[in-house]
Amino acid sequence: MADQSPIDTPTDRAIELEDVLKEYVSHGEVVQAVKGVTLDIAEGEFFSLLGPSGCGKTTTMRMIAGFEEPSKGVIRLHGRDVTDVPPNKRDVNMVFQSYALFPHMSVWDNVAFGLKQKKTSREEIKRRVGEMLEIVDLTGREKRRPREMSGGQQQRVALARALVNRPRALLLDEPLGALDLKLRQAMQLELKRIQREVGITFVYVTHDQNEALTMSDRIAVMKDGLIEQLAGPREIYERPATTFVAGFIGTSNLLTGTATGGVLKVGEGRVLVPGKEGEVSVTVRPEKITLAKQEPSGDVSALPGTVSEVVYLGTYNSYAVRLADGDEITVFEQNAHDATVTAERGDSVWLSWQAQHSYVMGS
Amino acid sequence: MRGVRGRFGDRLLHAYTWLIILWLVAPIAVMIAFGFNDKQSKSNATWQGFTLKWYGELFAIPDLSDALVNSLLIAVASTIVTVVIGTMLGLALGRHRFRGQGTTNFLVFAAISTPELVMGASLLSLFVSANVPRNQITITIAHVLFSLAFVTVTVRARVVSLDPSLEEAAKDLGAGPWATFRQVTLPSIMPGVLAGAMLAFALSIDDYVVTSFVNGSELTFPLWIIASVKTGIPPQVNVMGTLIFGVGVLIAIVNAVAARRRT
Ligand SMILES: Nc1ncnc2c1ncn2[C@@H]1O[C@H](COP(=O)(O)OP(=O)(O)OP(=O)(O)O)[C@@H](O)[C@H]1O
Ligand SMILES: [Mg+2]
Repeated sequence: MADQSPIDTPTDRAIELEDVLKEYVSHGEVVQAVKGVTLDIAEGEFFSLLGPSGCGKTTTMRMIAGFEEPSKGVIRLHGRDVTDVPPNKRDVNMVFQSYALFPHMSVWDNVAFGLKQKKTSREEIKRRVGEMLEIVDLTGREKRRPREMSGGQQQRVALARALVNRPRALLLDEPLGALDLKLRQAMQLELKRIQREVGITFVYVTHDQNEALTMSDRIAVMKDGLIEQLAGPREIYERPATTFVAGFIGTSNLLTGTATGGVLKVGEGRVLVPGKEGEVSVTVRPEKITLAKQEPSGDVSALPGTVSEVVYLGTYNSYAVRLADGDEITVFEQNAHDATVTAERGDSVWLSWQAQHSYVMGS
Repeated sequence: MRGVRGRFGDRLLHAYTWLIILWLVAPIAVMIAFGFNDKQSKSNATWQGFTLKWYGELFAIPDLSDALVNSLLIAVASTIVTVVIGTMLGLALGRHRFRGQGTTNFLVFAAISTPELVMGASLLSLFVSANVPRNQITITIAHVLFSLAFVTVTVRARVVSLDPSLEEAAKDLGAGPWATFRQVTLPSIMPGVLAGAMLAFALSIDDYVVTSFVNGSELTFPLWIIASVKTGIPPQVNVMGTLIFGVGVLIAIVNAVAARRRT
């Protein structure tokens, strides 16, 4: 997780959305695709919009690019209000999910398209397109047509075509969605490298949480047209703000109940929720839980249960443990040197974790 | 067993295919052949020996030459007008939702299915009642009318299959509306536009029915031929037909080669 320097107070704001709302009318019905989003994206930041299908990621991005006009709210690029500015007059470029390469043009002409529109001199076009093709490792393929290239290569042409204009921000809408897993992972690293090299603000749309976690400086997790949480990857993973975020990011276990005196009773077990009273929900990550045959001692949360499934996953084992009330808890255990498992299916076990690893939501 | 039957079936299919091809090609072959017929009598219906003289005397009949020039001018003019209007219509119908779209769609299909006889007669009464003199211009207008729907339909098919993000990408990269149209939209729908243009030209150059209503005293190539049926069609007509056919085949070949190079 690249979370060394979370940018919580952006000093130089590249993109600002202020209470942006977008309504569509389809079949006489008003659909709110985005229901009031406010966010600041800093200069040079790798910013991700993450969320399930239909949550409004694409709509948000298309409003930044200028393809959709917000029904309400203000969009500013580098301090300038661009809410009514058409896309061809905005200083940002977009990489489309379908790449949208011009099929009748060579790779070279595709990449040179933006510079030609700006009446850039011949020599400069030649130099910059050449440089950009080098950055995306496509030198020697200038004369090819888009359809004569592989998915990954087309992806890089699309990237080069946008970056060659030196936009102040680059918008990418699920740019790796069409690639297979291996290529995807390679391109993730590649994208990160390119972003470092050119130092441009990236706004990245994805529904893949791993992708967002590994690549982003900050992530906005969206649901139903609203931002659920906006923070760095580590914080989003360790301290999810809502149960939705906790469930959407990584694997997590959710326990709910009524707490009294800072303790949530679950059957014979206990979950420590210091300072909380009444209805609470507790989130615990599977890798924070220790699994043992004996009841743990000390000041920890502890729950008894029965192992219902053990799955060997290479570097770790995954246990499913059924609690007395029927809830199932997932536990990851690092694979030991001798590759033995702590418990077998059907064994009675105790689960325990430190209080700091409970993430408690509620009063 | 199956093999034998399969082989027999294959043979049958082959024979059938060749029969169809023969059936399609025979009239054209006869037309081409009789352009080389060294005929002595008035009629050009029996083979009397090979000659190239009709190619030499291609323009020996001034009326026929005038009619051919007329037809070519009208075909070119009506094709240009049809392609411009039809492309705009095809774009509008394929791309946008607008008031009156249903009606426009209906009219396009009505124009395709209207019998030429009806179209010709109604155009004539329109021109007569509006007191418009009939000449090359009325013929051109009529040709635009009946070929417009074909161009619209071919262009619209192309527009519908066009990825809308292509135009968005162009705008995103700084192209204004006109630059986007010229550099991205038009090249993408060009195959449809060209196919429409060829259709329009072909429909115009050999139209008889509609033209015969609105020609006034002007003669086109088809009208001249029909008029000369009784007195005997001169071999020059075969030669001209052969040349027009040749150009058509040439265009088809160029198109096929270009298509192969594109993929
Ligand atoms: N042109 C439109 N007309 C009507 N409704 C639309 C339109 N575009 C999007 N919507 C609706 O707005 C909501 C948000 O759509 P959007 O495309 O932004 O989702 P998304 O987060 O990008 O999803 P995905 O991950 O599937 O791409 C959806 O419910 C969608 O049906
Ligand atoms: Mg989307």
